Amino acid sequence: MEIKNANAGTLESGDILVQVAPSEQGGLDITLESSVAYQFGDRIREVIAETAKEFGVDGVKINAVDKGALDCTIRARVATALVRATGKDIWKD
Amino acid sequence: MQRLRRTMMFVPGNNPAMMADAHIYGPDSIMLDLEDAVTMTEKDAARMLVYNALKSVDYGDTEMVVRINPLNTPYGKKDVEAMVKAGVDVIRMPKTETAEEVREVEREIEKVEKEIGCLGRTKIMAAIESALGVVNAYDIATASPRMMGIALGAEDYSANLKTQRSDSGEELRLARETIIVAARAAGIDAFDTVYSNLNDMDAFRREVEYIKTLGFDGKSIINPRQIEVVNEVFAPTQKAIDKALAILAAIKEAEKKGSGVIAVNGKMVDRPVVIRAQRTIDLAIASGILKEEDI
Amino acid sequence: MNTIKDRAADIAAAAKHEGKTVYNPEAAKPKNETPRLELQKESPKLVTLEEAIRKSGLKDGMTISFHHHFRAGDKVVNMVVDKLAEMGFKNLHVAASSLQDVHEPLINHIKNGVVTKISTSGLRGPLANEISKGLMEEPVVFRSHGGRGSAIANGDLHIDVAFLGASSSDPLGNACGYSRSENAKSICGSLGYALPDAQYADKVVILTDDLVAYPNTPNSISEHNVDYVVEVDSVGDSSKISSGAIRDSKNPRDILLAQNAAKVIINSGYFNDGFSIQTGTGGASLAAVKFIRQEMIDRGIKASFALGGITAHMVKMHEEGLIERLIDVQSFDKVAAESIKTDPMHKEVSANEYASADEPGSAVHYLDIVILSALEADVNFNVNVLVGSDGIIRGAIGGHPDTAADSALSIIVCPLLRGRIPCIVDEVTTLITPGSTVDVIVTEYGTAVNPRRPELAERLKKAGVKVVDIKTLRDKAKSIIGEPAALPFGDKTVGVVMNRDGSVMDVIKNIKG
Repeated sequence: MEIKNANAGTLESGDILVQVAPSEQGGLDITLESSVAYQFGDRIREVIAETAKEFGVDGVKINAVDKGALDCTIRARVATALVRATGKDIWKD
Repeated sequence: MQRLRRTMMFVPGNNPAMMADAHIYGPDSIMLDLEDAVTMTEKDAARMLVYNALKSVDYGDTEMVVRINPLNTPYGKKDVEAMVKAGVDVIRMPKTETAEEVREVEREIEKVEKEIGCLGRTKIMAAIESALGVVNAYDIATASPRMMGIALGAEDYSANLKTQRSDSGEELRLARETIIVAARAAGIDAFDTVYSNLNDMDAFRREVEYIKTLGFDGKSIINPRQIEVVNEVFAPTQKAIDKALAILAAIKEAEKKGSGVIAVNGKMVDRPVVIRAQRTIDLAIASGILKEEDI
Repeated sequence: MNTIKDRAADIAAAAKHEGKTVYNPEAAKPKNETPRLELQKESPKLVTLEEAIRKSGLKDGMTISFHHHFRAGDKVVNMVVDKLAEMGFKNLHVAASSLQDVHEPLINHIKNGVVTKISTSGLRGPLANEISKGLMEEPVVFRSHGGRGSAIANGDLHIDVAFLGASSSDPLGNACGYSRSENAKSICGSLGYALPDAQYADKVVILTDDLVAYPNTPNSISEHNVDYVVEVDSVGDSSKISSGAIRDSKNPRDILLAQNAAKVIINSGYFNDGFSIQTGTGGASLAAVKFIRQEMIDRGIKASFALGGITAHMVKMHEEGLIERLIDVQSFDKVAAESIKTDPMHKEVSANEYASADEPGSAVHYLDIVILSALEADVNFNVNVLVGSDGIIRGAIGGHPDTAADSALSIIVCPLLRGRIPCIVDEVTTLITPGSTVDVIVTEYGTAVNPRRPELAERLKKAGVKVVDIKTLRDKAKSIIGEPAALPFGDKTVGVVMNRDGSVMDVIKNIKG
């Protein structure tokens, strides 16, 4: 699957900005900056990884700047960024 | 108890913070918006956000409505698929003009419901926002058994009429009355349009009083601060509650005696009066005037 | 025996009896004939800051104190500590009523050994951040306003030299938090937190940016308690000391919290004619006052007094006749500061008279209802207002534990969540106000009543308040945001929280990273 640079989300409170880029090494490379990194950093990485796995992508860099988003918002933003990066929607046309 | 729909609060579909706690203000319904509140470039993001929110956020017993984009845009069908899969209560169609448009949405809903095995779960409501829509109001209201209500969208409607919104709302008179009559004839709910000036709560209250008198079930709202005003206006008077309680007591009494005739103070009570009494009690409970255990 | 000469022997005998000398007219000071407005300017108390410091006898290792009435605009702490550093002082204990963002320069003074100990009610900003991470060897001692007042009075907190900013002072030290002159530069209103320092410190230095003619009466601080007066360009940045206009919160969540809080107050059983009340300055707290005001008008109820940090809302209700008297330890805005200057029914009180546990007459003892905020509350109704959920100090104890303990009804208003941070938790990060003193916790998801008060819970339920178990609120928070990971605290104690009775309540550990 070809991956382009793409992003989704905002830097508003309660949201997360997710940037997706291709990675030469393969696998999944996550960098995270979060206003709740102490309490939820690991959980946010987990949700990002899960969502990427469900999407079936490999060889992506995901850079996320989190402003206290809930899990469902993180999932939505990662999925949207991946849809934009791959051009492969999960909804039918 | 029949679902009360006094307030339907509009929440932009691309704002996660507002979507996360919209229900704490106690609107009867929440309408997450994928249409006018979302720019073209964010349609996909908002759809995904609303889909995930509906699946994860516990909105309690608030009725969840999503306003989709029209089917003739590139977004409409995807909106339907995502929302039905997320388990939305009601799909709200914008700018509805004909019964056929409702049936089209119904077919899209059915397709998805069959796929995931929940046929018949999703209700439809239609916003009427043009002259043609008003003319076809009854056909729209009866286009599908899934129809739960019709609503007036006043901005587009008044533009379509070649007029502007006024304080008195004179330009909306025919549309409001037509929508009410169509909804009542179809046996579904009727919702009035939004009032956007948050700085004039008195004028807002007057408008709510007016549309309640016309017969509307509720009002579309854009801010939690409007909820209390609507609920206050729709709260029944003590006199109405007393009367309704007397009627309900008479029903119980009649049931006990096995009699089909319900009478209060020697006067026969008709079925419409019984239905109205029940609605009065529902409203009184929802307004906190009456408690369930008091009945 | 008709002349003084005749009585000389008797005078000498009387002097001997009293242990005194006989008056010597030759040694008496000549009469000063300078016009008195001129003479004032030669007041022996009027000195430069450096002279005041030297004359005060301040030595390394001693305790100096400050008040925080100039809030984010304060210039006094930095000005004085800079001067002390320049003069070579080391090892000083800064005992402030509170410290703010503006006191960031203290970080360098701590690193250079000028300041080695801090006592305060609160810490914010970069200084708080550094201290949380372990900047100081000696832990910061945190006290409530009432607790500080008690500690100063009973000697637990001995102040060697108090440096007290004032918006006006005459050359003898009669000082106020406002000025009646045309040259007024600053206004903060009440000087309540400075009054224990003025009364009990060994030496008191007033710093003022408006030196006015004697007598500067009515005054907050009396010349009797003042040793030196220093004229400075500015004691504080007026725009940051207090805001002018009332800003009503439009935040729907604040309004919802306020409505819920007002409903609790109105149906608590304490909302009767002659009741007394204290509220905070948060958006929800201020909005609650608006709802209460309407209900007071509707029911024809008047309050006997409003206490604490006084706001424009309270002044307005006082002027409308809804609140008879205002008792003011801290004026929160310009309207309140102007009111205390002009209205005799608006009384200034010291921190001790406000909230000391030791004074039977302290106002909190006669307080019916207090509305308070919280960073966190736990399932045992304990409250934290000092340390953030990230382990970093970001608040102030203020009068929180004092008012909670002594009022008849204490109500905490806080959202269930702030973003993804839970405010109702299993155990508060730091214990500030014990649950035994907290009665009600109001959130947007429901109101929890301390099981200690079943009668109150009953009353509120009857009135239609959504009363829920506090554990239900905690569970709700967890279901929305998930389970937060434990904070990475280290082994070093960076703060000690004193209870208002002088016992140690909790300690704050350093946060890593």
